[in-house]
Amino acid sequence: MRDGTAATAIQPSGGVLKGTANGLVNFFAGLTILFALWWLAIYLATLDPAASHWAAFGPIPAFKSLGKMWESGLIANALWTSGYRLGIGLLIAIAIGVPIGIVMGRSKRFRDLSNSPFQLMRMISPLSWEPIAVIMFAGWDPAIIFLIAIASVWPVIFSTAAGLAKVDPAWFKVARNLGAKPWHIVTQIILPAITFDVLTGIRLAVGVAWIVLVPAEFLGVTSGFGYTIEDARESLEYDHLMAMILVIGAVGYVIDASLLMLIKRFSWHKQ
Amino acid sequence: MLARAAATPPAVGSSLPRENHTVSIRGVNINIQGLGYRYSTRGKPTFSNLRLESQRGEALAIIGRSGCGKSTLLHIIAGLNRPTEGSIQFDGKTVDGPSSRWVMMFQAPHLFPWMKVSQNVGIGLRFAGWPEKEKAERVAEALRLVELSDYAETNVQDLSGGQQQRVALARSLVMEPELLLLDEPFSALDAFTRASLQRDVRSIAKRLGFNLIIVTHDIDEAVLMADRALIMAGAPGKIVHEFQVDLADPRQRQDPAVQSMRARLMDAFHAAAQISGSAAQEMEEEAISGIA
Ligand SMILES: Nc1ncnc2c1ncn2[C@@H]1O[C@H](COP(=O)(O)OP(=O)(O)OP(=O)(O)O)[C@@H](O)[C@H]1O
Ligand SMILES: [Mg+2]
Repeated sequence: MRDGTAATAIQPSGGVLKGTANGLVNFFAGLTILFALWWLAIYLATLDPAASHWAAFGPIPAFKSLGKMWESGLIANALWTSGYRLGIGLLIAIAIGVPIGIVMGRSKRFRDLSNSPFQLMRMISPLSWEPIAVIMFAGWDPAIIFLIAIASVWPVIFSTAAGLAKVDPAWFKVARNLGAKPWHIVTQIILPAITFDVLTGIRLAVGVAWIVLVPAEFLGVTSGFGYTIEDARESLEYDHLMAMILVIGAVGYVIDASLLMLIKRFSWHKQ
Repeated sequence: MLARAAATPPAVGSSLPRENHTVSIRGVNINIQGLGYRYSTRGKPTFSNLRLESQRGEALAIIGRSGCGKSTLLHIIAGLNRPTEGSIQFDGKTVDGPSSRWVMMFQAPHLFPWMKVSQNVGIGLRFAGWPEKEKAERVAEALRLVELSDYAETNVQDLSGGQQQRVALARSLVMEPELLLLDEPFSALDAFTRASLQRDVRSIAKRLGFNLIIVTHDIDEAVLMADRALIMAGAPGKIVHEFQVDLADPRQRQDPAVQSMRARLMDAFHAAAQISGSAAQEMEEEAISGIA
């Protein structure tokens, strides 16, 4: 692994630029195909005059109302409130998950003991906690944050523990030998060594949290993406509904892509 | 290199000019008595009743067959492994753990792969709380010494085995400890780089006055670097012979005095062979092949 590194440094000239250009072409081509299929499906559906109300679900009305909804502040408002719930939920999951993951990776006893309860709890659909969350918390906001935290804590825990399992015990020996104190071991050795895995866990967590967020907002609250969709359905504004779905997809995509960039930035693993 | 205790950051606003620090009393009197060690309570002891003494500022070489316990001994002296019997004392104080004042360079580089070369070299100074600027100066100096100045910003995973070994050497040398323990530090290096580092490490140790304990398979290395060579035999590990290397500095390989000293060290192996039988016999063969 270490010996073959000289070869990997050699790249065909312009390889990176070409890769980006290709990536952009594929990006837009893929999206164009998606929207074309969407348009086609709605077009075919509305050939039958009895189903003409489906026209509002098409891509063109969706894009039109996207502009209007942006101007009215509807999108920004949903982004802000949903983003707040997601962010706080994730922060709680990270604050709880990373230390538990570190203990799990370091202590075999804790690992053996926690394995069955954690695996069991991990398999509980996060939304099935909703009735309990509603009883537990006075407001809807904390209840939703709780659901997001409990959905996203598991990937953070398990990735952190897996990252720690890959840490070479010799690094601790080297660090102690050079006069490292226990907190140095944590901040200078363990954390940088596992950042990659923690971020990978956070990326998985965001994926789950983003999926849980919308249905969690269908009930109770009067803001956020889920509420806006539900509201559009009740007031029969199907173009609004589709525009919101578009925004949810796009925002999720951007968050995931940013995390992927961060992961690449912090990855020290050589293939 | 600057003569300054690595564990303490330079005093800010110190009234003493820096030159005054160059006259420092470094090094430790090492006293190891009745040392016993076993890796597992059931297994055979790696050492029993091992004795080793070394004066302040002395450069010791330990020579011995593979598996006789040289690395284990260095780990114990560095405070990384606890002796099961006996004790290790530096200047009369029992060693009870690792410290930036006695630093070991391991047989394998064990570099931190997420850090660049310069960060790897500076990590010990970072633990000791050195200010950024002084740390950078020291690191640059250490990198110059191991001829890796051009690689300061390189990812350590992109270095050759010999380059990684030199980073590991710089990482321990930069601490300027009281005692530097080197475990086959130049095994992955070409003859030219090895010769210049053997000379440089010895001269730094002598200039700053710190103790050196170097484990090696190479008789030449022992003759070029040490004031005294210890021949170790295994199962359980003990020092079967010691040999004074009284040579003036700088030592040159082709110098007749060095040549004859090497021949005498070879004779010492013969003596050791009589003491510990076939084990020393094999070691002698290894020593001969090392010269070829
Ligand atoms: N972590 C360990 N657990 C159990 N036994 C060990 C361990 N490390 C080394 N040993 C045993 O202790 C003995 C001494 O090993 P050590 O690494 O000190 O030898 P060495 O003299 O440094 O050898 P080499 O010249 O090959 O580096 C060997 O027999 C080895 O099998
Ligand atoms: Mg060894």
